[in-house]
Amino acid sequence: MTGLRARGSLPHRLTHLTLIGVAFFSAFPIYWSVIVASQDNGAMAEVPPPMVPGGNLLANIAKVFDTAPFALALLNSLIVAGSITLSVVFFSTLAGFAFAKLRFRGRTLLLGLTVGTMMIPTQLGIIPLYMLMIKLHWTGTLYAVIAPALVNAFGVFFMTQYLSRALPTELLEAARVDGCGNWRLFWHVVAPVARPAAAVLGMLTFMTAWNDYFWPLVVLTPDDPTVQVALSALASGYVQDFSLGLAGTAVATLPLVLVFALLGKRIIGGIMQGAVKG
Amino acid sequence: MALRQTDPLPTATARRRTGPTRARHRPGGSRWNRFDRAVSPYAYVSPFLVIFAVFGLFPLLYTAWVALHDWSLLKGDQGFVGLDNFRTLLSDGNFWNAAFNTASIGVLSAVPQLLLALWLAHLLNRPLKAQTFYRITLLLPNVTSVVAVVVIFSQLFGRDYGLINMVLTHLGAGRVDWQAGTASSHVAIALMIIWRWTGYNALIYLAAMQAVPRELYEAATIDGASRLKQLRSITVPMIKPTLLFTMIVSTIGSMQIMAEPMLFGAQVGPAAIATGGAGRKFQTLSLYLYELGFRNFDFGYASAAAWLMLLLVMVAVGVNFLLARRMKGGLS
Repeated sequence: MTGLRARGSLPHRLTHLTLIGVAFFSAFPIYWSVIVASQDNGAMAEVPPPMVPGGNLLANIAKVFDTAPFALALLNSLIVAGSITLSVVFFSTLAGFAFAKLRFRGRTLLLGLTVGTMMIPTQLGIIPLYMLMIKLHWTGTLYAVIAPALVNAFGVFFMTQYLSRALPTELLEAARVDGCGNWRLFWHVVAPVARPAAAVLGMLTFMTAWNDYFWPLVVLTPDDPTVQVALSALASGYVQDFSLGLAGTAVATLPLVLVFALLGKRIIGGIMQGAVKG
Repeated sequence: MALRQTDPLPTATARRRTGPTRARHRPGGSRWNRFDRAVSPYAYVSPFLVIFAVFGLFPLLYTAWVALHDWSLLKGDQGFVGLDNFRTLLSDGNFWNAAFNTASIGVLSAVPQLLLALWLAHLLNRPLKAQTFYRITLLLPNVTSVVAVVVIFSQLFGRDYGLINMVLTHLGAGRVDWQAGTASSHVAIALMIIWRWTGYNALIYLAAMQAVPRELYEAATIDGASRLKQLRSITVPMIKPTLLFTMIVSTIGSMQIMAEPMLFGAQVGPAAIATGGAGRKFQTLSLYLYELGFRNFDFGYASAAAWLMLLLVMVAVGVNFLLARRMKGGLS
């Protein structure tokens, strides 16, 4: 950009100051939740409140596991988010390969439909979806949460975009001349090329599935919940115990924050890639 | 996926293409080969299409059918009632109250959020030290689940021991009972949404800004245009499609606001969970849909409400298009 201003000049410092301020506001509520989670309610009623974490975090977390079926909820969320991620990545790559590089009748129409449905809020179909789950006898089971999320239009769109850019047609043709059918082509040529995009899509899908709330709340029971459902039950109990609620929040959020801290750069790259190519 | 793997004969037909010339094989190829080319694309897109049709498209369309019936969980289908549900909805005060709350919270959250995101992206769109650090902290709120966000902010906005009220008292402004008022509850919920989504939108804008040709900025700098002027007359017009995209996504997102009012209301008491606080002060459309469908189990009426919601969203998206058309000369 305009690198004409010297570093250390006043505008440059103001920029950093502003961004540091914004970073502080982004991080503070999360830091604050750790403080509350590591104190007890008595300490939080003091004026001024404590501004550093106390020593109660592990005790509070233990209490969370006693109060709510949190261990089961963590396992459920892991199963749900894990299977949804594997399925979305695999089927999106497969469909993306066909849409991006294979010729077949109806391709443009089907791709158009896929992109067109990306914008429709899924909540509109939630009543019949629930009726469908009653018919299948899946209410209260993880199938009800996993099945509707096994594929999604965004994933297919994302992979189609990526593969049409990243997969050289010459490479496919060369492999065909060597006698590769489409299926072998997919495993030996497409899959290796798709790997970086698949990693990003996988992380985004896992995050979304882990954080999903409305549908699991509707279709699961409180004694066999996902993490978000268990957390909401914990936080909306009769007794307002914020230390407990925020200890639960820490447990529910920590796995994702760790993943993000390790792979955040790639996730950000993925979001920015998906945004440019409209 | 039911494609058996057989060894294809090594006589694949290279299609005649422009580009690098290649020795053409004997035309025809094997029968398996032609079959593979004709059928496998459909096999590859069908898992996606089938699952999507069953769990995505079908419920969406079936909602319209259910909406025309008197249909509840306990009694089942009580028969076709035509447009009765819609007629009742039009005079349902709770529905229009929820529509007002949704629009109010939507505007209060989307406008500051997108303006702030635009400004942040503008600040980040230059060579900076600690660029990655800023980007990661900006996206941190978005990694936090919506439930976690509401739990954290409910503590911050707590009436008696919340940090915000402590600060306000210290400044001599007195305590605010955030859940009790329409305006205060809408502001609190909007702040949760702004906190969670601003960084995400800033990154999307930043991506779009990086595709703007540098020469434009260089020329403007030589002409003595300030950075703010450059933002208004170069950046905004150049990234207009992205701006419109985020406006539409935020609008559609506003219609899905449900966890925030639900769990914010839970702090008032268990009775206020589905009603958006006492007196429905912050019940949104999605939360009303939840109340109708999964508290009252009135499937027919809830489905009609869902369709009316879709109609309202389309109107709101249309308004966005009109606004975007007027944005020609930057944001005035």
